[in-house]
Amino acid sequence: MRIDCKHVWQHISAYIENDVDPQLRAEIDRHLETCEICSAVLDSTRNVVILMADDRVFELPRGYSERLHARIDRELEKPPDRNI
Amino acid sequence: MTIPNPEFEADCIRRILAGEKHLFHELIRPCERSIYFLLFSVLKNETEAEDVAQETVIKVYQNLDKFRGESQFRTWVLSIARNEALGRLRKISNRREDSLEADTDEQTGDYTPAILTSWREIPTEALEKKELGNLLRKAIEGLPEIYRNVVLLRDIEELDIRETAAVLKISEASVKVRLHRARALLQRDLAPQLKGFAPSKRRWFGGRA
Repeated sequence: MRIDCKHVWQHISAYIENDVDPQLRAEIDRHLETCEICSAVLDSTRNVVILMADDRVFELPRGYSERLHARIDRELEKPPDRNI
Repeated sequence: MTIPNPEFEADCIRRILAGEKHLFHELIRPCERSIYFLLFSVLKNETEAEDVAQETVIKVYQNLDKFRGESQFRTWVLSIARNEALGRLRKISNRREDSLEADTDEQTGDYTPAILTSWREIPTEALEKKELGNLLRKAIEGLPEIYRNVVLLRDIEELDIRETAAVLKISEASVKVRLHRARALLQRDLAPQLKGFAPSKRRWFGGRA
C-alpha cells in the first residue's frame, strides 16, 4: 500500500515519538524517500520540538528559586504543630 | 530536565518526616522549574505563577506524609501545582474569557502544514539570538490552553507521555492527540518564520530517526 501526504502528516507527531508500529513506520519511511514536502514538514516539526526542549527558550524569572527557598525556610522554621 | 531519582526522593522524604526538615530544599529543587512553567502555562502571568508556585511547595511540604509513592514524586507535585492553579483561576475567573475545558479532542486531525520544499536545521545555538526565543515563546503562549499544557509538560519539561497524562488527569491517548495538534499548529506557525534563522552555509538537517 502506498500512503499519501495527508496520511503521513497525521502520524508525524507519533513518528517523532517513535510511537508508530513497524509496518506503518516502513510505509512512512518509503514515502519520505521520494516526497520532499513531507521530509521538510517532518524535519521542521522535529526541529521545533528540539528547539522547544532547550532551556534557553523558557527561562525562570530572575530570583525565582531564591524567593521560593526563602519561603520554604519560613515554613520550615514554624513549630511542628503548625505544619499540619 | 532533571532526571527523577525515586530512591533519593524516598530516602529524602523519610528523613524529612523524621525531622531533617532542611532536606526539603533538595527534594523540591529538581521540580521547581517544571512547577513554575506548568503554572505559567495555566495562569499566563508571571506574578501569579510565582505566587502559586510558593503555595504549591508549601502544600507539598505540609502533605508530604500523604505521598504514597504510587506515582513519581514529580507527578504528584505537578498534580498539586495544577490543582492550585485551577483553584487560583476559579478565584480570578471573571478575568478570563475562555473556559478551562472548552476545547475538546473531538476536532478532526486534518490540517495543512506549512509546506516547504526544503528545510534547514536551525541550530540550538541560534537561541542565543533573543528573537528566536521570543518567536517560540509567542507561538507556544498563543496555543489553546489544552494544547499548551501538553506541550509544556512533554516538549519543554520533557515528561514522558504517561507522566504528562497523570499530571493533567487525561488519558495517554488524549495526550498524544493534543501533542499532535499542538506540534502541527506550531509547525505551521513557526516553520516559515524560523527559516530565517537557518545558517547560510549548506548544512541540511540530518537523517531521520
